[in-house]
Amino acid sequence: MEEWEESGPEVVKRFMYVNRRAPYGTIYALECLEVVLVAAAFDQDVSVVFMDDGVCQLKKNQDTTGIGMKNFSKTYGALDDYDVEKIYVEKEALDARGLTAEDLVIPVEVIAAVDLREIMAQQDVVISS
Amino acid sequence: MSNMLHLINKSPFERTALDSCLRLAKPGSSILLIEDGVYAGLEKAAHAEKIAGRMEDFSFYVLGPDVAARGLGDTPLIEGLAVVDYEGFVDLVVEHDVTQSWL
Repeated sequence: MEEWEESGPEVVKRFMYVNRRAPYGTIYALECLEVVLVAAAFDQDVSVVFMDDGVCQLKKNQDTTGIGMKNFSKTYGALDDYDVEKIYVEKEALDARGLTAEDLVIPVEVIAAVDLREIMAQQDVVISS
Repeated sequence: MSNMLHLINKSPFERTALDSCLRLAKPGSSILLIEDGVYAGLEKAAHAEKIAGRMEDFSFYVLGPDVAARGLGDTPLIEGLAVVDYEGFVDLVVEHDVTQSWL
């Protein structure tokens, strides 16, 4: 048996990706989605948060034909394929924009900031964009 | 006195561009929401009154392709907010003496 296989259980870290930007106006939303999909291949404990304008990334019915940019909203559906199942959306952010979970392209857990705070505090790595 | 077209391309949730514009623009001016600025036009949003309450002071416009891109084509916009396409954008620029971008 290889030595590295005897060195104990693999360390799994808790990674949280925090999306706070609207799509299309800046490149942050698309870049973060790509980072999450890459990171998901490494069998870590991944959670994704959408808060502030980040909740707008998940709005249904995006149609970018008029602005000549790629509509990447459908790619969020791939998170489930990559076994990224912890997807949190801040309730306060939805409320402030007059949106609800029904307006979003994927099933999410809508969570109050006070509860999201506890989950955030448990992370080993938090990456915000 | 020149008549001015004000362009807002930043989200009102993240930047103060809209607030500053509404504070500094002379009544009678036009204000066009583009890019992430279109989020200011959401009727059900917490800040909707910022624009809805100034309809008598300004002519408000929003760029349709930016609304559609963000999935807001099915979402109620503030009453009185006129949707324009790119040609309408050009018309507004031509009709006004000065264009100011609140970056």
